[in-house]
Amino acid sequence: MSAEYVPLAIIMFVFTYPSRAVGLLAPAIDRLPRQVLAYLQLVGPAVLAALAAVDIMVGVENGESFFKIGLPWLSVVACIAVVWWRKNLFLGLAAAIVIAIVGRALGY
Amino acid sequence: MTTPSPSPPPDLASVRRKLVLDSLGIILSGAGFGFVYGLTARTVAGFSPIDVMAMSFIAFAGAAQFAAIGYVAAGVPWGVIGILTGLLNARHILYSAAIAPWFRGRPFGERAVAAHLLTDEAFALSIAHFRRLGRFDAFGYWFPAVVADMIPWLVGSLAGVLIGDAILDPERLGLDVIFAAAMAGLAVVLITGRRELVAAIVGATVGVAVSLAVSPTVGVIAGGVVGPAVGLLVPAATSGETAPIGSEASADRYGPRHAASEPPEEAER
Repeated sequence: MSAEYVPLAIIMFVFTYPSRAVGLLAPAIDRLPRQVLAYLQLVGPAVLAALAAVDIMVGVENGESFFKIGLPWLSVVACIAVVWWRKNLFLGLAAAIVIAIVGRALGY
Repeated sequence: MTTPSPSPPPDLASVRRKLVLDSLGIILSGAGFGFVYGLTARTVAGFSPIDVMAMSFIAFAGAAQFAAIGYVAAGVPWGVIGILTGLLNARHILYSAAIAPWFRGRPFGERAVAAHLLTDEAFALSIAHFRRLGRFDAFGYWFPAVVADMIPWLVGSLAGVLIGDAILDPERLGLDVIFAAAMAGLAVVLITGRRELVAAIVGATVGVAVSLAVSPTVGVIAGGVVGPAVGLLVPAATSGETAPIGSEASADRYGPRHAASEPPEEAER
């Protein structure tokens, strides 16, 4: 069985690990000014929302980005609504998947 | 004369139960997303099961792994793939710095291993848990990072590369929406005030705009940098919104039962 791409996995690790470790391992980074900590507190919602929005709204073809509209929008909005309402991520994901399955079965 | 009674400490069992319930969705998401990854890596780039598992365990970088499949299929040099992976995962710098105060005082080895497992999902679940609790809780990091994220990702990847062909169209099973829905749902979990809400909306808007103008990789990073900056400009609705993470005031934002008692640096380890 081929292991041709194992070295690529190691290269990706080498380029990924430092960004994950810099905050946790660098001394005194946890003694940042209060304003910086307030900024960092907002990073999670911003990055996660950007990841979700870009995933469902932006497509890439031949290196060119384009705006896309589709069923995943409805699935993600449903997930957001359910998580907001029920405070339950599992239910939100289940709602998103059900909408995608039903939508695709209906031909969307 | 009576003195105000202190807030009751958060109930560890109930906070952990909430974490486990939230993790169920991530387990589903990780397994489904991993399955699609394994299938795509095999069919698009010709990865073997060993390649897929090595990538999922060693790189352990969901979206970047998907991107790498496209790079490999397009014949992009490996060194360039490494650099692009680093750019795509640059957002982890922000996660790492944000979660670092909770790990203050923990052994170096533990922090070094924790860093490898610091994904979008592990960050969102664990930091929400620490905030609810008002202090570090080892279970609150390792459970989401290992049980809810890494194991389902590995199992899903293996299943995808081994039996993925048996499923003709993953889109018909809704597997293609799992990643976006999971990211959006995790963002909602972290929104507890106006500032987070504004940061999320601006992050998404900037992310899409820059993605269209430049590239999705740059877009996600731009959204993650600009969103919080704009969020900070919003006047806080309550004093708790500007209270240091882990303080009693900040913990009040996470529900009436979630009164915390100590800042992270003084918390019981």
